[in-house]
Amino acid sequence: MAVEEGLKIELGKQGVLVTTIEELYNWGRRSSIWPMQFGLACCAIEMIATTMARYDLARFGAEVFRPSPRQADLMIISGTVTKKMAPQVVRLYNQMAEPKYVIAMGACAISGGPFKQGYNVLKGIDRYIPVDVHIPGCPPRPEALLQAFMTLQKKIDAQPLTGEGRPRHLDAEAQGEFPVPVQGEHDLEPTSNPGVWTVPVVIR
Amino acid sequence: MVSSPYFSLLVLFVAALGFGLAPLGLAWLWGKAFSPAKPNKIKNAIYECGLESRGDAWVQFRSAYYLYAIIFLIFDVEAVFLLPFAVAFTGLGAAACGAMLVFVLMLVEGLAWAWGKGVLTWA
Repeated sequence: MAVEEGLKIELGKQGVLVTTIEELYNWGRRSSIWPMQFGLACCAIEMIATTMARYDLARFGAEVFRPSPRQADLMIISGTVTKKMAPQVVRLYNQMAEPKYVIAMGACAISGGPFKQGYNVLKGIDRYIPVDVHIPGCPPRPEALLQAFMTLQKKIDAQPLTGEGRPRHLDAEAQGEFPVPVQGEHDLEPTSNPGVWTVPVVIR
Repeated sequence: MVSSPYFSLLVLFVAALGFGLAPLGLAWLWGKAFSPAKPNKIKNAIYECGLESRGDAWVQFRSAYYLYAIIFLIFDVEAVFLLPFAVAFTGLGAAACGAMLVFVLMLVEGLAWAWGKGVLTWA
């Protein structure tokens, strides 16, 4: 932080606006998070409700749902990801332009939820793509999705543009392509992307 | 050249061209300088979709669809022309009636042909 918070407020009172490139950059990023228009299951209904007048997602600058991944910044995984659907979800995520974010909405998207024991349900989309915010719930209420939006905005706001903890798109070394799994004989192959998810060790 | 009556038009044309192209050029330069590029094969695919596009985009339609075109002409386009004909019927001369008759007969011939070919039977 180039200018102290107290000094900034004092200067603001005198009519002098002080800011940093980082602050402006993050302000721009967090104020126009356009989600991609796609829903997977019942959580999508809550997502739709969030965009309507009562909850009014437009307050967060995120009401512009884009029907193309090339125009979208945010992927809301709203519902159960079946193993049949997972490759398509990962492929769509790959096609989104940087910077891009992911909200995993609901129990199914974060862990498989009530279908965790099922043979055809992916046990959490974070096995293949990096998830920024997880929201529990079955389904989460629109307020929970708004909370996720605010959490994502806070996360973006806190990111420095250089050095450790900078966003992926500013890191030339960071991974840009997330391998799309293919249907194997018994399961998706690979079963997870080691770059974003480590297989938990079961201690018995 | 300045005295030419078209000189002001040329100036306006160049200004209009610049007005259209300058934002595009600026956006391109801005993108070159600042856009966080992380290209990959999937992102650079021609068609954005969860599924990989397959086959050829140059789809050929079967020529058999001309039957639908003929039936559409007979039942739909003919009605469009018959309505003004019926409205203006009392004020028309013999030549207009003759022309209309030829038009209707041609379509009737098409109908008879389609009927004979069995197109009208609902299979």
